[in-house]
Amino acid sequence: MSRNGPLALIFNALFILFMTGPLLVVIAVSFTPEGFLEFPPSGISLRWFRAILDNPDFIAAFWMSLYLGVASATLSSVIAVPAALAIGRYRFAGRDGLVGLFMSPLTVPTIVLGIAFLRFLSQFGMNGTFIGLVLCHAIIITPYVLRLVLASVTGLDRATERAAVSLGASAFTTFRRVTLPMIAPGVAGGWVLAFITSFDELTVTVFIVNPSTTTLPVRLFAHITQTTDPLVASISTVIILFTVALMFVIERLYGLDRLLIGGEGRS
Amino acid sequence: MARRGAAVPYYLSLPALALFFALLIVPLGMTFLLSFYRFGFYTGIEPAFDLANYIDVLTDGYFHEIFGRTFAIALVTTAIAALIGTPEAYILYRMKARWRSLVLLAILGPLLISVVVRTLGWAILLGNRGVINDVLMRLGLIEAPIKMMYTSGGIVIALVHVFVPFMVIAVWAALHRQDPATERAAASLGASQLTIFFRIVLPQAMPGVLSGSLIVFSLAASAFATPAILGGRRVKVVSTTVYDEFLNTLNWPLGAAIAMLLLVAVMAIIVSYNRFVERRYAQVFG
Repeated sequence: MSRNGPLALIFNALFILFMTGPLLVVIAVSFTPEGFLEFPPSGISLRWFRAILDNPDFIAAFWMSLYLGVASATLSSVIAVPAALAIGRYRFAGRDGLVGLFMSPLTVPTIVLGIAFLRFLSQFGMNGTFIGLVLCHAIIITPYVLRLVLASVTGLDRATERAAVSLGASAFTTFRRVTLPMIAPGVAGGWVLAFITSFDELTVTVFIVNPSTTTLPVRLFAHITQTTDPLVASISTVIILFTVALMFVIERLYGLDRLLIGGEGRS
Repeated sequence: MARRGAAVPYYLSLPALALFFALLIVPLGMTFLLSFYRFGFYTGIEPAFDLANYIDVLTDGYFHEIFGRTFAIALVTTAIAALIGTPEAYILYRMKARWRSLVLLAILGPLLISVVVRTLGWAILLGNRGVINDVLMRLGLIEAPIKMMYTSGGIVIALVHVFVPFMVIAVWAALHRQDPATERAAASLGASQLTIFFRIVLPQAMPGVLSGSLIVFSLAASAFATPAILGGRRVKVVSTTVYDEFLNTLNWPLGAAIAMLLLVAVMAIIVSYNRFVERRYAQVFG
């Protein structure tokens, strides 16, 4: 395989600039001492980071997103792991249909899912409730968990499990002590990807929150469409840093490229 | 044992199936029904069970323009993503492993960062007094700022940024399935780099380009955050129109009908595109 030529390297540099530029601009702008968005900033100040602390609704929204992400990623893992075992190991009538159903949240336009959830939850007086948010987010993120768990289930050596069964372990013990530890990296990777997807979700969430359950992306979106002061930049910077920190955790635990290429989906 | 074994996969998938039935199939069915209701300013939402909403949308030039704009934006976004994502995937494929993981981090990392944040970056860059106009004016290349906020062009640029990683992933995966010996064989027979790329690499990467295009197109056609922030009320697309019908005008039945039409259009495009691709490849390989 030959090396990349100078032209290819220039293209590569421009591509990386294109991908990272908008994020770097947001970070740079957030340090402005002025009362408006300016680039390059005329000085360096933490004024707009301190301003976050004066906006308790943004802090409440951050915690809401965090709780929602943890709860929905956990619920999604709990239902996706057995489903992945069924799909990965058995051939049964309706198997392809199940795969299609569980993967469909990736194909159905997100805006359609948003209004469908709104219609459903408002029918039962559950719109804006935390439990409603958790259930709807679990639907959206299950494809990501399922795909990663499925990948680790199909690559599994079954001899170890047969050995456990032949030594008298019950089905549940075999699952807990043998199968689960072997698929743990896939489950952990799926959980983290699901958490991030839930944490970032806007299009569905904007329909099904109320003022007391507003998440961080919805709060930020509402603020951006009203005004653009440097506060949105400093909050975005915090989100970027939080996500980058999570990326390093993923890189250590599972490998970022494996996670994203095995679990390509929507953002 | 055999009889008990046969039911096991059903037990295992039951929790997920129950959740998906109650919270996906039922809500989608209810939304479909809702699109046949009627909305009045004084009467609210009431059952009508006619096609009035669909006729409204399908016969109104205002909605034609919105659907046309949405699919034009998605199409141009897909074309640009394929045009820049394919060479980038090839460059990545030829890169040394150590560099590659760093570059992958820069390209795939943004996928994990909220679309709202990424679009905010573009709003700062594209504004009339934004970074791009500022730099161009200081360099004396333009007299007056180019209008990029609240234009379809601005939305396309940001959507390419949001979705091009999916193209890179798809093409990269296809390149890994090709046999590197074919490239060496072409080189040993005296083919130039360019010839190798267009005659050897690109045809083998084509399945990746096609599947990446499908992903980017369907995501771009239903994107919400980016057109909402960069287009606002001035450049409306289907998803922002649905949003307005539901949360501002409160005409839920009309919003549901628009959403159902979007769903049908996207599904029809996916299915016919898959057919087209299959037929094409059946001709080549069959």
